Amino acid sequence: MKRMTPASVYIHIPFCAKKCHYCDFNTYAAEGQPMDDYLDALIKEMLMTAESLPDRTMKTVFVGGGTPTILDAGQMKRLLDGIREAFGFSGDGFEFTMEANPGTVDPEKLEVMKEGGVNRISFGVQSFQDHLLQSIGRMHDVSDVHESIRQARAAGFNNISIDLMYGLPRQTMKMMEESLDQALRLNLPHYSIYGLKIEENTVFHALYKKNQLPLPSEDEEFAMYQLIRQRLLEAGYKQYEISNFAKPGFEGRHNITYWKNEPYLGIGAGAHGYVQSVRHMNYKGVQAYIDRVNSGVLPRKEVHGVAKEEAMEDFMMVGLRLLDGVAKADFKDQFGLELDDVFGAVIEDLVQKGLLTETEAGFKLTENGLLFGNEVFAQFIGEAS
Amino acid sequence: MDIHERQTYIRNFCIIAHIDHGKSTLADRILEYTGALSTREMKDQVLDNMELERERGITIKLQAVRLNYKADDGNEYILNLIDTPGHVDFTYEVSRSLAACEGALLVVDAAQGIEAQTLANVYLALENDLEILPVINKIDLPNADPERIKQEIEDVIGLDASDAVLASAKEGIGIKEILEQVVQMIPPPQGSADEPLQALIFDSHYDPYRGVIVYVRIVNGSVKAGTRIKMMNTQKTFEVIEVGVFNPGMTVVDQLNIGDVGFIVAGIKNVKDTQVGDTITEVGRETAAPLPGYRKINPMVYCGFYPIDSSDYEDLREALEKLELNDASLRYEAESSTALGFGFRCGFLGLLHMEIIQERIEREFNIPLITTAPSVVYRVTKTNGEVLDIENPSNMPEPGEIDHIKEPFVRASIIVPNDYVGAVMELCQNRRGEFVTMEYLDVNRVNVIYEMPLSEIVYDFFDQLKSGTKGYASFDYEMSEYKETKLVKMDILLNGEQVDALSFIVHRDKAYYRGKAICSKLRELIPRQMFEVPIQAAIGNKIIARETVKAMRKNVLSKCYGGDISRKRKLLEKQKEGKKRMKQVGSVEVPQEAFMAVLQVDES
Repeated sequence: MKRMTPASVYIHIPFCAKKCHYCDFNTYAAEGQPMDDYLDALIKEMLMTAESLPDRTMKTVFVGGGTPTILDAGQMKRLLDGIREAFGFSGDGFEFTMEANPGTVDPEKLEVMKEGGVNRISFGVQSFQDHLLQSIGRMHDVSDVHESIRQARAAGFNNISIDLMYGLPRQTMKMMEESLDQALRLNLPHYSIYGLKIEENTVFHALYKKNQLPLPSEDEEFAMYQLIRQRLLEAGYKQYEISNFAKPGFEGRHNITYWKNEPYLGIGAGAHGYVQSVRHMNYKGVQAYIDRVNSGVLPRKEVHGVAKEEAMEDFMMVGLRLLDGVAKADFKDQFGLELDDVFGAVIEDLVQKGLLTETEAGFKLTENGLLFGNEVFAQFIGEAS
Repeated sequence: MDIHERQTYIRNFCIIAHIDHGKSTLADRILEYTGALSTREMKDQVLDNMELERERGITIKLQAVRLNYKADDGNEYILNLIDTPGHVDFTYEVSRSLAACEGALLVVDAAQGIEAQTLANVYLALENDLEILPVINKIDLPNADPERIKQEIEDVIGLDASDAVLASAKEGIGIKEILEQVVQMIPPPQGSADEPLQALIFDSHYDPYRGVIVYVRIVNGSVKAGTRIKMMNTQKTFEVIEVGVFNPGMTVVDQLNIGDVGFIVAGIKNVKDTQVGDTITEVGRETAAPLPGYRKINPMVYCGFYPIDSSDYEDLREALEKLELNDASLRYEAESSTALGFGFRCGFLGLLHMEIIQERIEREFNIPLITTAPSVVYRVTKTNGEVLDIENPSNMPEPGEIDHIKEPFVRASIIVPNDYVGAVMELCQNRRGEFVTMEYLDVNRVNVIYEMPLSEIVYDFFDQLKSGTKGYASFDYEMSEYKETKLVKMDILLNGEQVDALSFIVHRDKAYYRGKAICSKLRELIPRQMFEVPIQAAIGNKIIARETVKAMRKNVLSKCYGGDISRKRKLLEKQKEGKKRMKQVGSVEVPQEAFMAVLQVDES
């Protein structure tokens, strides 16, 4: 199997003003958290990690959370200086994304971000109805969205993306339409759309179990999804991945690393990395993470060597999320085997079912396959071994 | 002591009781009292040693144990205690153990009194000419009323209960008195040590190292290592390797003599060579006739067992072969279904028996199963005069070829307090029961007798009965006769294709309701697929009910999970795992439970 050195790094900021009702990510209400100690540890882990790399140059950096912009301007500067100290930034096509929540940025912080190398901001907007935002536990309102985006543009950020959610409790088609109208009026180069999924250990899960979560029906949710696609495609955006739409040239490069089964570094509490055929997950607790790093070791909670078979399955599982699909050449390049020799039978079956179709380079999901992606991906699991 | 004299100091007995009246606890105390096991060694209820038995608190396999008891008369006695199952499904196993005994302890709960299975077991014991010793158990309970129960035993069964021991197995009260009655009142074995060998097989189990181990009662003669034996029914011959007794572990002895209860190991490889109920004799010195008194009971309920994973088929066959060895009443034969592939049609004594076998296969042999809805055996007379026994609804001839159909009826006895007679009668009427009679056991309790189709009982009748009478009803039944009724075969179609494994037989008057109810149940059970799935119920070519499982609209994970690929993978693995538990019927994925849907329809 080809060994590749990572050219992408994910950095996790596990703090939010408050946790949203649907969120089960590794994040904690910021109040009383040792944020400065955490930043120190984060920078230490970056340096330790970078030391072991033959080439420290990164093509993409992604700071996610949590809410990275909950850091104040001084902390933000320290973080960004640390990142730059640890890693080199490649020139052409370098992408540095930071996640932000509306209402947590200001001109000063944005200036620090700009100077620190950030060139793309992804705002967690979710919806354009104040009452919906409130009912899912978000801290911002619609006016914050407009204000934050205005400020970001004023600070010189052009590559801006927002997240939108559908299938929320009490969300109607009319609200979805309204959200899309407003979102498109912003004329951003990139939109991500996510269907609400009820995860365990969330407020919504508790309500759901008590039957107190008025979710839209499967049909309504489906109609929302179709509406979103239709509106974005009409407006000239290209769906390049199941959940992502962009104007040409504005595809999120960092996430494409994941979809192409290429390696990436994961820094911070609960962060996941994939380096030299090993997946790891860091300690999730903030203090546990800090303590591990301060004792001078990499804060690994779980380490999992990925066998070639599993990697080949992953390649299909994530690769087919991209609308261009997977390329036979990339498969051969990573594994030294022909895609058809490994998965020929599965692929043939899926093609027959109308879920996959052949492209010049390889295979991709059909329109129907796009709707039933999980049915397709699951077919590859356990098939290479 | 010479063999002839020894014989007079042997007592073979069993314990019969309604479920929960304390039979197993009493057996434990007797073992403890006679020193077969020290208190420290006792696990509670040693005789129930199958995991499943302990969990369900019932005895399934009968067990035997030899006890030494020094009686008040100064003599040492050998007592062989044979434990019996209490549930109505296992009447046959009870009859086997009874045939190996001369006496029976009849345990009756001092508060609850005679229940349906008490009666059923007493009648079996009387048929076998056993000496019956009543024991009133649980006298330590605050609501115990031993005098009333004694009266009940005399009135209802006609046994003299004046000497009945008042006992509490739990507290160890009355154990010695019981043992004294056993030696004084139960006759010693009648046979002769000088006659040719005649031994009754009442059970057997398979040991992976020693082959089939046969449990026997020596009725005449003796057997030891080296004896050449012959199974009179199968005509197979073997050389005995060793003989032994249960005390309670298996202990090898030199010889089993007249009156003994023990085991024989004879290098028997094939499970089919040791038929429970068969008589063993000695080659070259054969007894004139096999022993009488055994009745071979035919299975009353049949269903299909299919491995979910078709590659488990051979393992399933082996599992059934092994279970059959320990379970004379289990039947099976290979069958195939267009919907489910290759499997086995299995015959059982009743629903509990079926559930137990199903659970043992899944648990002990680790083979996930799809079980089809149980069916009784229908007797079909064709227009050309041919008579067929139909165990599988999908084998029912075309309606045009059928002259008439008969179905098995049972005589059901339900004992309930007065206040619930109305509820019981309503339930029985709903289940096509025909009222026979009603007997008062005392001022408060009634034995309600109905003739009912067995097929109505296999569908959750017992649960309904329990819930309709707040748990007070006890229930037993015996086969009565085949009666002609108006029956039709109902087919179920998924996505336009008939699913043979879902066909069932139903009374014409109930067909419409049942068809609708099953379609709607199936709609709940079958998950949305990538296309719309119509569900139809049909009699012949006529569709009588229809439901639709709407198409799944989409199934795709949108979240990115911040590079946590393992999480995505786990989700998909789970999805794939879930599919494995489904059976692909045509293009439709059907979950296991759906094949039992016919059982889950509320009847009353």
